[in-house]
Amino acid sequence: MIDVLALDIGWGTTLAIKTIIILVLVPAGALILGYTFLLKMMSHMQSRLGPMDPGGFHGWFQLIGDGIKFIQKEDVMPDGADRRVFAMAPVVILMSTFLIFVVIPAGPRIVVKDLDVGVFYALAVSSLSVIGVLMAGWASSNKFALLGALRAAAQLIAYELPLLLAVVGVVVQAETMSLQGIVAAQQGGEIFGWGGIGNPFFFTQIIGFGLFLVAAQAELTQTPFDMPVAESELVAGYMVEYTGFRFLFFYIGEIGTAFAFAALAATLFLGGWAIPGVHGTMADILGPVVLFAKLMFVAFLFFWVRFTYPRLREDQLQALAWKVLIPLGLANILVTGILKVAM
Amino acid sequence: MPEEPTEELAEPGPPALTDEQMALLAVFEAELGDGVVEHADALGTLVVRIRPDAWRRSAEVAKTKLHCDYLSFVSGIDWQPMVAPGSDDEGGSDTSAPVQPTETTYGVAGSTGRFQVFAHVQSTTKHHGITLKTDVDDDAPSAESWTTVYPGADWHERECAEMFGIGFEGHPNLRKLYLPGEFEGYPLRKDFALLAREVKPWPGLVDVEAMPGDDAPAEEVEA
Amino acid sequence: MSTTENPPTPEIQLEPGALRHLAEAQVNVELDTGDMILNLGPQHPATHGTLRLVVRLDGERVVSADPIIGYMHRGYEKLTEYRTYPQITTLVNRIDWLSSFANEVPFVDAAERLMAIEAPPRAQYIRTVLTELSRISTFYLFLGEMALQVGALTPAFYGFRDREYVLNLIEGATGGRFHPNFNRIGGLKDDLPWGWISETREVMQKILDGCDVFDDLVAGNEIFQVRTKSIGIVPGELGAAYGMSGSNLRASGVDWDLRRDGRPYLVYSELDFKVWTHPDGDSFARYWVRLQETRESCRMVLQLLDQMPSGPIMAKVPRIIKVPEGEVYSEVENPLGQMGYYVVSKGATGPFRVKIRSASFSNVSIMPWLLRGVYVPDVITILASLYFILGDIDR
Repeated sequence: MIDVLALDIGWGTTLAIKTIIILVLVPAGALILGYTFLLKMMSHMQSRLGPMDPGGFHGWFQLIGDGIKFIQKEDVMPDGADRRVFAMAPVVILMSTFLIFVVIPAGPRIVVKDLDVGVFYALAVSSLSVIGVLMAGWASSNKFALLGALRAAAQLIAYELPLLLAVVGVVVQAETMSLQGIVAAQQGGEIFGWGGIGNPFFFTQIIGFGLFLVAAQAELTQTPFDMPVAESELVAGYMVEYTGFRFLFFYIGEIGTAFAFAALAATLFLGGWAIPGVHGTMADILGPVVLFAKLMFVAFLFFWVRFTYPRLREDQLQALAWKVLIPLGLANILVTGILKVAM
Repeated sequence: MPEEPTEELAEPGPPALTDEQMALLAVFEAELGDGVVEHADALGTLVVRIRPDAWRRSAEVAKTKLHCDYLSFVSGIDWQPMVAPGSDDEGGSDTSAPVQPTETTYGVAGSTGRFQVFAHVQSTTKHHGITLKTDVDDDAPSAESWTTVYPGADWHERECAEMFGIGFEGHPNLRKLYLPGEFEGYPLRKDFALLAREVKPWPGLVDVEAMPGDDAPAEEVEA
Repeated sequence: MSTTENPPTPEIQLEPGALRHLAEAQVNVELDTGDMILNLGPQHPATHGTLRLVVRLDGERVVSADPIIGYMHRGYEKLTEYRTYPQITTLVNRIDWLSSFANEVPFVDAAERLMAIEAPPRAQYIRTVLTELSRISTFYLFLGEMALQVGALTPAFYGFRDREYVLNLIEGATGGRFHPNFNRIGGLKDDLPWGWISETREVMQKILDGCDVFDDLVAGNEIFQVRTKSIGIVPGELGAAYGMSGSNLRASGVDWDLRRDGRPYLVYSELDFKVWTHPDGDSFARYWVRLQETRESCRMVLQLLDQMPSGPIMAKVPRIIKVPEGEVYSEVENPLGQMGYYVVSKGATGPFRVKIRSASFSNVSIMPWLLRGVYVPDVITILASLYFILGDIDR
């Protein structure tokens, strides 16, 4: 990656720079996504304006101000809580978000580390958040929080499988698990002999795309799958005992993971940073912009569904995953495999 | 022989004619015999006063024989005249607070004593309604509960019990509905004064109110 | 020591009864919820006001539910004994504050019947129009807000937004959005302002379009349907025996509407309208019936505006209103259900006793029966579909 800058920097400095970029990227991405979709898009779709005053122009400072407010709050822990586990839980969730960004490419040479098992790594690391949820629920020493955490964990585990199956179809078609390789396959491919827009797997893997979106929505515990979190209407979610900056971590984790899943979906199905015909340094410059545009589109879908649909009950949610999405995913892999061999 | 109910003021009444009211009344008399003490017409609605020991039976008759499947309400009434604090009989030209008559009169279909329990049931199919009344003892007011016939009477009877102090035999769980558990007294009885009017007596009719910030007292028509 | 064999298990001396306890110890897991008590309210986003619902749970299912009311009890029946009839009209529109004009109507109707006075036709028409506008405003809010309880955030805003047009109409005519206090015994306070009728026609068209949006967005949404169908089924006869009324009872298949079937009041006998029922009796049926009734009310308002006569809006009534001796029960079809006033008069300027029969009181009394055995998320759905207002329950 550092050849981009044509500078001779040591291994340690490179690592430091990459770490800092990721640490800045995730909260910044969460901020942008949260502001655009959660505050502004949602408001306009609901016939209202959203924040207008903070910062002057359409309230762009709102979330930053919210973050500062959270940081300066008192750190409260429940009496019987397991202190270390309680403190570590949001960190674990946030960590899993950060780790996904290690493999997502933003240009032909802009990636932290292009692993050969990139896709496998990304999915494995995103599952770590389940542990964080359970830690949060258990350490809160609150019966309701524990039940909420168990429900959330059940949901997250159930929807890992459709996520995985959706991605396997892409891997079969691209013949590689490396994310750069998948982008290259889409950029260089052809649809019925025409290479004008490459071969974004959106067309051939349309079922996979749909499955990925639904499963990602569930992984993010967003409506229509937000029963564990909206449970706070009725009982209490697993986050009930968290205040201040720990709650901020949860929030950044939630929207940061949305950012990450949107980037993953854009890379796997929409072609990532690639535009057909643009290679080399031009791609390095345009790549992040293109990737950003595509992931904003996918995030738009996530959030649009979030505030349009009512929420499913727990048992209906599980039934959807096990009885509908997983068979569909398996069928998709079957068809992809057959077509891959046949053609 | 029961006398014909007098047709009161010519108001647009329900689709029921006097004939239909007579038919309803006839069923009551056939089933309850002399459980029917008195009857009258209240601007188009039949009002039947039932003897206390036939109260639940009358509900069953209404529900099964008269198709009255809908329970409107069950409540109580205290016929003792009310004495508003600081009021005199004449009242003069102050029309801002009502002055009730001081002699005890009982309303449509009469009453034997101070307390009565009354209820209204309607039919969703035949579209008629009947008001039933029964007398309760003044010293130990109690009536039969309707909960076995109309399950909705549960809450109505709880409210009546806490507001008037009327007990209901056969009610599964006669605890307070609106009032807190430690409340003393029975608010809707006429001898339970409205605290607001005790603390601050009604000022009477005020002709011109002072503007805000103006310290001039209001002109009063009657102090 | 051999590395392939497990070390020998030590001999444990157990008492005769200890094995039973050990077995029990495995069954008694820490997570056994047993009977958990869940307290909904009195402050809670799902209950429309201060209703407290004490629910006893066994895992996911409700074992028993006990509504505790009275947090908003204002003592209306006692207050009415100290007020004159015109003062009571001001008081009673705060019982059901969403459709407040509709609360005044039965009381004024009772007083007029006792006095043998009839309000002039134009007043009756305007009263009917305003009652139907209150019904539209109440139901339109319900359409958005039930979706909110089930999880969809956006329809609630559409409900509030379009309802503003109707509230502006009511304010234009009466001067008050929520507490119009417009009825007088014998007629109305004022006539309609200039341009009100044409504006009402436009607003009714907007509401009809909005109802189509709700039909598509909420009632047609598969997730909403799967959350509300077969949830909270109330059989028709049981509902009637509990005193449930209005759209709730019509959603259980009972074809009964006081505007058509009861004693003729206002000008409903001159209108051509349909009474909507649904056979299922579940939460979806209650939503659907209210949706159709909103549309029907819009059509009724348009009919009324076409037929509105001209004339005075106040009958000749004495300056001091003394209502002759008598008793009357005046029940009407309010948006929330059947509302009635049993007025006992002894000839004074104020009533002797007023028994206020409010709709939500009976609608809510069915909850202990209805909530047994349902899942916890369905409790919220059922509460939302019954649509009660705390002021109506607590009076």
